[in-house]
Amino acid sequence: MQSACATLEIRDEADAVDAICAAKAKGDCCAIVGGGSKSGLGRYAPQAQALSTAALTGVTLYEPNELVLSARGGVPLSEIEALLDRHGQQLAFEPMDYGPLFGAEAGCATIGGVISVNAAGPRRINAGAARDHLLGFRCVTGRGELVKSGGRVMKNVTGYDLSKLVCGSYGTLALLTELTLKVLPKPQTECTLLAIGADEAESLALLRRATATPCEPSSLAMLPAGAALALDADAAAIRLEGPAISVTARRDELVARLASGGLRFETLDEYDSKTLWRGLRDAAPVAAKVGQIWRISVAPSEGFTVVEHIRAGAPVLAHFYDWAGGLIWLCLETAPDAYAAVVRSAVDASGGHATLIRASEETRATVDIFHPQPAALAALTRRVKESFDPAHILERGRMRAEF
Amino acid sequence: MTLLMPKPEPAIMSRRNELIARLGAMLPRESLIVDDVARRAYECDAFTMYRALPLVVTLPESVEQVRAIMALAAEMNVKLVPRGAGTSLSGGSMPLEDGILLGMSKFNRILEIDYENRCARVQPGVQNLAISKAVEAQGFYYAPDPSSQIACSIGGNVAENAGGVHCLKYGLTTNNILGLDVVLMGGDLIRLGGKHLDSEGYDLIGLMTGSEGLLGVVTEVTVRLLQKPPVARGLLLGFASVAAGARCVGAIIARGVIPAGLEMMDKATIHAVERFQPCGYPLDAAALVIVELDGPQAEVDHLVGVVQDIAREEGATTIRASTSEAERLQFWAGRKNAFPAVSCIAPDYLCMDGTIPRARLPEALAGMDRLAKEQGLGVANVFHAGDGNLHPLILYDASKEGDVERAEKLGFDILRLCVSLGGVLTGEHGVGVEKRDLMGEMFTDVDLAQQMRLKCAFDPEGRLNPGKVFPTLHRCAELGMMHVSGGKMPFPDLPRF
Ligand SMILES: Cc1cc2nc3c(=O)[nH]c(=O)nc-3n(C[C@H](O)[C@H](O)[C@H](O)COP(=O)(O)OP(=O)(O)OC[C@H]3O[C@@H](n4cnc5c(N)ncnc54)[C@H](O)[C@@H]3O)c2cc1C
Ligand SMILES: Cc1cc2nc3c(=O)[nH]c(=O)nc-3n(C[C@H](O)[C@H](O)[C@H](O)COP(=O)(O)OP(=O)(O)OC[C@H]3O[C@@H](n4cnc5c(N)ncnc54)[C@H](O)[C@@H]3O)c2cc1C
Repeated sequence: MQSACATLEIRDEADAVDAICAAKAKGDCCAIVGGGSKSGLGRYAPQAQALSTAALTGVTLYEPNELVLSARGGVPLSEIEALLDRHGQQLAFEPMDYGPLFGAEAGCATIGGVISVNAAGPRRINAGAARDHLLGFRCVTGRGELVKSGGRVMKNVTGYDLSKLVCGSYGTLALLTELTLKVLPKPQTECTLLAIGADEAESLALLRRATATPCEPSSLAMLPAGAALALDADAAAIRLEGPAISVTARRDELVARLASGGLRFETLDEYDSKTLWRGLRDAAPVAAKVGQIWRISVAPSEGFTVVEHIRAGAPVLAHFYDWAGGLIWLCLETAPDAYAAVVRSAVDASGGHATLIRASEETRATVDIFHPQPAALAALTRRVKESFDPAHILERGRMRAEF
Repeated sequence: MTLLMPKPEPAIMSRRNELIARLGAMLPRESLIVDDVARRAYECDAFTMYRALPLVVTLPESVEQVRAIMALAAEMNVKLVPRGAGTSLSGGSMPLEDGILLGMSKFNRILEIDYENRCARVQPGVQNLAISKAVEAQGFYYAPDPSSQIACSIGGNVAENAGGVHCLKYGLTTNNILGLDVVLMGGDLIRLGGKHLDSEGYDLIGLMTGSEGLLGVVTEVTVRLLQKPPVARGLLLGFASVAAGARCVGAIIARGVIPAGLEMMDKATIHAVERFQPCGYPLDAAALVIVELDGPQAEVDHLVGVVQDIAREEGATTIRASTSEAERLQFWAGRKNAFPAVSCIAPDYLCMDGTIPRARLPEALAGMDRLAKEQGLGVANVFHAGDGNLHPLILYDASKEGDVERAEKLGFDILRLCVSLGGVLTGEHGVGVEKRDLMGEMFTDVDLAQQMRLKCAFDPEGRLNPGKVFPTLHRCAELGMMHVSGGKMPFPDLPRF
């Protein structure tokens, strides 16, 4: 937690209304703390007080046949995952656990925190991010008003889709008190095809070719030698999920379509496959290194170029690509400016976004964490923030210095 | 029922000539429509109950022209209604008598197809189906497939968050858009997203999608392309009761199967369809379920077996699985003809669009039956069973005294029923003007005020597509958004309703 500020327990919506109204009256700003695991995230911006959602517990609705679940904002992700698991279901967007990345414990993220950062794991390219699974929510805005939006049904275009807006808003718009999510059946099984023997650029091209087959890979990553699995060569990893009969048939077809001289194929069985993708989901290959961590989203075909640009201007300690090359995780040697100019100019040349995920408080106080925006967009963003939270009560300065 | 729209403002009507002159200076002659007869073509969209003659119609060809029109509208205090192909069923693109109609039909080019990144950049006026057509030779397609896809525009799809048969498995428009260019009221152009996923910052792409033309004008869309599945097979399942059909739908999903399409029709529709163009549907069934499974051959064959087993367990009276592409298409032929078929059993019908939790289907259908009897009207049902999106067709005869009013009343009652069952007012057609006055059934004043404040963040003076979606027109100042300068409020005489 950012220094020792007062913590208020939020047990229900009335508490949230009271706390936010009181803060508003005083002009104080508030952090919203779920598991509290990720207070190292975002701009370094100490808040006057913390609103803890730890007591905002309870799964309020779960209808497996309807593929829908509602839970209060403070419910631990692990509790939801265990409940779904008992019914052969899951949150298909694979929320990651970055606890270890920040030197905290694993497994303490809350569903409110997961939604607020728009979590998305390796399955993102097929199954979507948190934004694609939030059907509706209840919240208390920075105005101290209780507001609901969306519903519990899959298809709903009644009014603005505020669910998209709160996903990835890092607590800057409202305190989420209850969330309704679409859940999905777990695939019967999975395996991972490893293609070994091509260099980094070739492996990435291979992944893009794999996405253009009808084999429906659910995740595709490029692992430089040493990044994972004790592999001493560059490897392309392709995950296939579904009924066993289909997984095997698609793996065979992929091998036939991708085979070329010099490539070697290996298959990881369900257990090893799960272990690999859990590690990639949590960014383990970079999290384990000492250094500053960036997360970059670009068009898949641009991934390699971006990394080449960065390598030319900054010391890269470790990196890997997910999302068929579109998501890059990088660990750079520590520098006061986190090599922000190098990273941003590499990304700007290709179109995309770079987020500084791990750095010291001093660095996070001076370097933009999120990608800078052009003036018209920045002004609009600020007006959107102020429509929910005109006095900048919630997570002041966490996303952007100006609010 | 009469629809209250903002009263045309005399101050604007009286400046029409000036507006036309200034638009004329920035647009080619053929992009500006002023005469009565030609303007009449834009009087309404596919929701034909309400009409208005737009003050003037503009059909810009470039983003610069859109920006100039929107800047001029802001400067002259004129309202503006964006329009795609005009297929909206809720009156979203219905024009205003004192507003510019901004037609995007000339933005009809596919700008780039990028197979490597599985996306395409297209202009908003491109037809939905044209995207799939352009990439089909390479084995790709664009997933959201509203039934109107041969006509509707991708810009309109974004504004309405359109969905179709495929959306149970492949998502709605909102799940298939990577980037948007948007011109704001006043003329600023903003770029959101691109070819990459999940830009940090507020998800304004998600907010724009489904915002019904109230927040900005979309001038470019980057859509995701999907690889066409190698095979698709259909199943035709007949049931002795609607409840049994509904149970089977639930059981399929509960078993972990997410079909590419899962549709249902009731007895009235089955019979109408068979009379219109026979395609072999079982006439003894009270409910017909059509299931489509797509993917790799081995998986599809396996799942067809699973679904057949489930259907047997649920007591299906007919179970047929397609063994050829021709047979699959034949299964769908009746479903695709359902709307025209129903128009042969009644002179007029009103197509409603509510969503309910799937498990409440039997209650919803029984409730609709009861409400229809109260009004002395018939209802035929054909709907997206997989996601609980109902499209009751209310049968009436406009030439009969009072039928129109009864049909409208029944439509409203049905939507209220959907909400009372835990559902929502609209699953895919949007609120528009049609369901505007029902918003209070789902939202409190506080909920609605928050949504309207967002509108103010984009369009502080409320000039873009006013009168749609929100039941009362508030001034942004009342919502605590606008700073009143010099004691003067913008739009001092804006009517409230
Ligand atoms: C810069 C950065 C980027 C990250 N990006 C991702 C990512 O892309 N995907 C991912 O899965 N994980 C990401 N994480 C990690 C993520 O924060 C955790 O995985 C987890 O979601 C946090 O859960 P928590 O309960 O511990 O939340 P906390 O650490 O307590 O809070 C995390 C954020 O969510 C907000 N928040 C928490 N609860 C609520 C609530 N009920 N209502 C409103 N706001 C709330 C907080 O204000 C804070 O901004 C990121 C972390 C950092 C540092
Ligand atoms: C026979 C029939 C079947 C249909 N089936 C379906 C279906 O299965 N699923 C479904 O979802 N819908 C369906 N619809 C409804 C309709 O086709 C969709 O809502 C479609 O997305 C509207 O597109 P359009 O281009 O015709 O838009 P329009 O009707 O012209 O406009 C619709 C709304 O979008 C706004 N708009 C249009 N273009 C822009 C732009 N460039 N920028 C900003 N706002 C804009 C307008 O202001 C208006 O509010 C059907 C309609 C018909 C007539």
